[in-house]
Amino acid sequence: MGLYREPLLRLMGDRGVLLEYGDSIEPEVNLKVRTMAALLESRPIKGILEAVPTYRSLLIIYDPMLTEPQSLRESLRALEKITTQANVPPPRLIEIPVCYGGELGPDIEFVANYHKIKVDEVIRIHSSPCYQIYMMGFTPGFPFLGVLPKILETPRLDTPRLHVPAGSVAIASNQTGIYPISSPGGWRLIGRTPIKLFRPEEREPFLYKAGDLIKFIPVDRKEFDALAQRQL
Amino acid sequence: MLWHKDNSELPAFQVLEPGAMTTVQDLGRFGFQAFGVPVSGALDQFSARVANWLVGNPSGAALLEVTFMGPKLKVQGDCQVAVTGAEVQLLLNGKEAQTWRALRVRPGDEIWVRQAKAGMRAYLAVTGGVEVPLVMGSRSTYVGARLGGLEGRPLKKGDVILRGSACPREQQMRLPDEYKPLWNQQIRLRTVLGPQEDFFEEGLKVFLESQFLVSPQIDRMGYRLDGPQVHRKPEAPQSIISEPSLPGAVQIPPDGKPIVLLVEQTVGGYAKIATVIWPDLPFLAQARPGDRIRFSAVTLAEAHQIYREFMARLEAIRMLLEAPAENPFSLAP
Repeated sequence: MGLYREPLLRLMGDRGVLLEYGDSIEPEVNLKVRTMAALLESRPIKGILEAVPTYRSLLIIYDPMLTEPQSLRESLRALEKITTQANVPPPRLIEIPVCYGGELGPDIEFVANYHKIKVDEVIRIHSSPCYQIYMMGFTPGFPFLGVLPKILETPRLDTPRLHVPAGSVAIASNQTGIYPISSPGGWRLIGRTPIKLFRPEEREPFLYKAGDLIKFIPVDRKEFDALAQRQL
Repeated sequence: MLWHKDNSELPAFQVLEPGAMTTVQDLGRFGFQAFGVPVSGALDQFSARVANWLVGNPSGAALLEVTFMGPKLKVQGDCQVAVTGAEVQLLLNGKEAQTWRALRVRPGDEIWVRQAKAGMRAYLAVTGGVEVPLVMGSRSTYVGARLGGLEGRPLKKGDVILRGSACPREQQMRLPDEYKPLWNQQIRLRTVLGPQEDFFEEGLKVFLESQFLVSPQIDRMGYRLDGPQVHRKPEAPQSIISEPSLPGAVQIPPDGKPIVLLVEQTVGGYAKIATVIWPDLPFLAQARPGDRIRFSAVTLAEAHQIYREFMARLEAIRMLLEAPAENPFSLAP
């Protein structure tokens, strides 16, 4: 199936509509979601308060005193007609340095053993692709990245850790991600970035947004420490 | 931002006892849900707004959200305070004082918001609003990310709470009784079905016809309910691809026990059978473990009609409490 011909409009209470563009996690479905989110950002529609893009759906939060789903559907259709993907700024490529393995990536041995490959191979494979940010959520700035090369697909932990340190780079099934703040978490930790990913005190609190590309750059412990020092 | 103050701030309280969980909240942190930052903010926005209006603050001023068991505070400066929300015993210097009205307090006074008798969350507003740094456009505390409020955490003993520099009002406004909400142990929550009501068949009947109990597992992220299992259709998937959620969304995990999501959640991966309408969220926020909940379904048109009526009522209250001295609800000497 994948991409629907027309997005499905589903109601979320009295002030939300969910536009569902497809039924699978696929680049072309996600592209539709993000294209619409970007269009809305460049051409605001009266009554829309916030738009939240995820894998295959876009939540539009609206003020019921100013609009309602039928008029929203009309405006969104019109917006789709007069603008195209060409109006959407191209994704940025964000490089994230990662120190893999050791105490910073305690599950990397497990991942290597699970796939019967060497730790070096895990690092090489994980840091090869440019991953797309499909969505952000779970914690502020947590990017859900896809798609992880098949050879690294690893199940999540049976029991989540209560405390995953900020900056941890992790994998679970066909995804990879970064924990921007310390939180509980059930993904396999394979490394850590020294980069501060969430800076609430800055005007731009996040380095990236849904749709951007992330490339992991392996660094050794010395570089990690030096970069970490500079973040303070 | 309409709520603008100069940088001066005044001491308001010293925290003698923090209560079970008291946090600084305003109406929420908007514009960052796409980045995974939940709105946070006061759970019962009706009571929060009224508390602010009572002391002459704008709706969005920061205030204290008291969970179940309240704080004991030592007043450090001349100001007005107002406590609304849950039905609590409020003690001012050991003597019982009224809630839902402004109280003039002075340095050395002691305010004690005692355990809730009905409802779950009380709101304490102070002249000028609680003064903490604005983080990403809001003063709300999101404990999960240690964001906003007082160092991103609940109050603790010894904290000093500052307030914005506004002059305390002369009039001591009160909310007329007819506008006071009642917190019952039987709560009816109106919902708009969806976004995944099509995952359910018999389950939808169970959802709309049964009574659920508020479990002890409740926090600002959501309320877990006990009761009959709400089953999906056998052919419906166990979970969905993670998608956004709004406060009030009722998700049904594989165990069939509804979880009503609240303000500290941006995405979820379980099917959502319905979403509680915004005007009914204060009643959910005031529900406590053991309370009984029934859901009903309204159409979107009905939901919007209720929404408009609710906003009109809020507006009427705001005008009433903003009004000058000749107002009959002013208790000025």
